[in-house]
Amino acid sequence: MTNDMPILEVRDLCTTFSRGGVALPAVRDVSFNVGKGEVLGLVGESGSGKSVTLRSILGLSRRYGDVTGDVRWMGQDISRMPERKLRQIRGRDIAMIFQEPMTSLNPLLTVGMQLTETLKAHTDLGRAARRDRAIEMLDHVGIPSAASRLEEYPHQFSGGMRQRVMIAIALAANPKLLLADEPTTALDVTIQAQILDLILSLADELHMGVILVTHDLGVVAQTCENVAVMYAGRIVEQGSVRQVLRTPRHPYTVGLMRSVPQDVPPRTQLYSVPGTPPSLEALPAGCAFAPRCQNQTEACLSARPTLETISEGRAAACFNPMAIAQGEVA
Amino acid sequence: MTQTVMEIRDVGLEFPLPRTLLDLLNKRPGRVVNALNGVSLQLHKGETLGVVGESGCGKSTLARCIVRLYEPQHGSIHFDGQDIFGAGMKKDRSYNRRVQMMFQDPYSSLNPRMTTGQILSEALKVHKMRPEDEIPTRVAELLELVRLPQDAAQKLPHEFSGGQRQRIAIARALAVEPEVLIADELVSALDVSVQAQVVNLLLELQERLNLTILFVAHDLRLVRHVSNRVAVIYLGRIVEIGDSETLFANPSHPYSQALLSAAPSINPDDKGEAIRLEGELPSPLNVPSGCPFHVRCRHASDLCKSEVPPLLAQEGRGEVACHHIEEINQHA
Ligand SMILES: Nc1ncnc2c1ncn2[C@@H]1O[C@H](COP(=O)(O)OP(=O)(O)OP(=O)(O)O)[C@@H](O)[C@H]1O
Ligand SMILES: Nc1ncnc2c1ncn2[C@@H]1O[C@H](COP(=O)(O)OP(=O)(O)O)[C@@H](O)[C@H]1O
Ligand code: SF4
Ligand code: SF4
Ligand SMILES: [Mg+2]
Ligand SMILES: [Mg+2]
Repeated sequence: MTNDMPILEVRDLCTTFSRGGVALPAVRDVSFNVGKGEVLGLVGESGSGKSVTLRSILGLSRRYGDVTGDVRWMGQDISRMPERKLRQIRGRDIAMIFQEPMTSLNPLLTVGMQLTETLKAHTDLGRAARRDRAIEMLDHVGIPSAASRLEEYPHQFSGGMRQRVMIAIALAANPKLLLADEPTTALDVTIQAQILDLILSLADELHMGVILVTHDLGVVAQTCENVAVMYAGRIVEQGSVRQVLRTPRHPYTVGLMRSVPQDVPPRTQLYSVPGTPPSLEALPAGCAFAPRCQNQTEACLSARPTLETISEGRAAACFNPMAIAQGEVA
Repeated sequence: MTQTVMEIRDVGLEFPLPRTLLDLLNKRPGRVVNALNGVSLQLHKGETLGVVGESGCGKSTLARCIVRLYEPQHGSIHFDGQDIFGAGMKKDRSYNRRVQMMFQDPYSSLNPRMTTGQILSEALKVHKMRPEDEIPTRVAELLELVRLPQDAAQKLPHEFSGGQRQRIAIARALAVEPEVLIADELVSALDVSVQAQVVNLLLELQERLNLTILFVAHDLRLVRHVSNRVAVIYLGRIVEIGDSETLFANPSHPYSQALLSAAPSINPDDKGEAIRLEGELPSPLNVPSGCPFHVRCRHASDLCKSEVPPLLAQEGRGEVACHHIEEINQHA
């Protein structure tokens, strides 16, 4: 599926915020591609820079921070594109599902109006067709009696349903790329499964590319082809989902995998990566993971490992990656 | 020997909704949300009972009934053989101490202007757990128990990470030496590695203090990991309850089967045979007749539409509420 040219190319993306004169390097040297129909997972602890990465791709971080690096959409650099032009790409070609659904729905407009407005702005559909499409989309995301609910306002929906409305709006205009920030975290597993099925079928049939931010490694395993693991603003491991989840090489990825309570004896102590993530104001000089790392050596404290290819289609940023057998997760 | 500490019998609770203009015009009574429709279960001493089910099925409502935040209209809840809503128990403040609830969002349930030390001392004073002069020592013990550094006593809630705040909430609950802990989505908002730390702590404290825990969470893997037994709730009713490993390995009720099969495995090669549920949870304003699951069940018959299936013990399984349990599980 990942044929020819990537639709999105991100190179050396850096986003820096500042607080009281102190620079906060929220995202550092992030590079990846997304191909047609490819689903890329982005995982990492809270605060590791996943959301900022997505917002920076869409040019939504400029107002708050300093963004450098290249973002190429269909070969065209959009990182320095004026806001007015960028707005035409946003919503039509590239759609985003935000992590906080309440803040991104307009409380004053009915759900139907918000859906049809999107369709009006980004498609050539006529009035009746827009209404049909709106009903179809609500139906797709598992909102029952969709037709009768078009006239309702966001506050009349439960939290989970509002999230589904957001997903319907994002997908309504058949975007070519979907940036989905924890789209199913607040939802039940049953609805989550429905929505992931929908996203996968759009990726498959309409070749929509997807970046899926999640902290659920199960979702990654079942939905994505490739995955990038972030830690303290940097990608520390990247590769095919099968490789990365089955034989993680970066010690942080290994820690993440081990803390999932699957295939461990019930009611036993779970593994947990010791310590806490560093604060952005005081990142360690060498490898940011060093204070929590079991493989740490002298070199890790002074120099920072860069993301290097360590085997076919796999990269890791570590001086002492796990041996394959050691990191093997059954 | 299992000893029953909490006996929940046929508990029903409905929330009346305010009458709308339309109700008034049509001279209709206001509508009601049927949050719990006859829940019966027992909590055994020292066990963890997991509770799972889709959002809105009544998990938190059940938890809140147990700590008397809500009073059910039907059924009864007995603790140590006594009716917790009976006249005698209602006056008895010791129940509030012996059964502690830990909330989903400790940030909003911890007073932002009180230091950890003050929060813990207050709990100790309210229930007269220790004489005044022993309180500082006990606060230090509690911090140690939940593995927070001693200087945590001087800090305010916002100075802690999410996982540390959960530990403060646990310490506060444990301060009053409860016998039962009600944990409603205790770790749901946390990152996996922090989640693991809090779960480890809970398991360890349970062992040491012989605590009985009701563990509500939507993460099925986590519930499986911590629970001895599990109850699956659908629209305010228990549809299946039994030994956690048996139930997760081999769910019997069609709803449990669908719910558990929807949880994604972390093994990319283990695609599983997902049973996709049609439609979504019907509104609790309008609970279907008969088996509440019949509108989504592939095995539904006419009987299912009219008769509520009773929760019955099944050979080699737990208790299941389904008319066609035998046919459905014949080939399993
Ligand atoms: N105070 C209330 N007034 C009216 N309805 C309520 C009230 N509290 C809960 N409900 C309704 O009762 C039902 C059960 O709610 P409850 O909070 O117990 O669900 P839950 O299983 O805990 O869900 P979740 O997984 O989302 O936490 C829902 O339909 C809910 O909307
Ligand atoms: N507008 C902002 N101003 C300052 N710091 C921010 C801003 N947005 C995010 N950050 C910080 O950037 C880091 C990464 O945040 P985020 O991308 O939201 O993490 P996550 O991986 O959980 O999505 C965090 O430390 C966060 O506090
Ligand atoms: S570079 Fe060193 S400290 Fe960093 S993850 Fe690798 S071994 Fe650990
Ligand atoms: S009683 Fe009938 S509808 Fe209900 S779960 Fe069993 S087969 Fe399905
Ligand atoms: Mg985020
Ligand atoms: Mg709840």
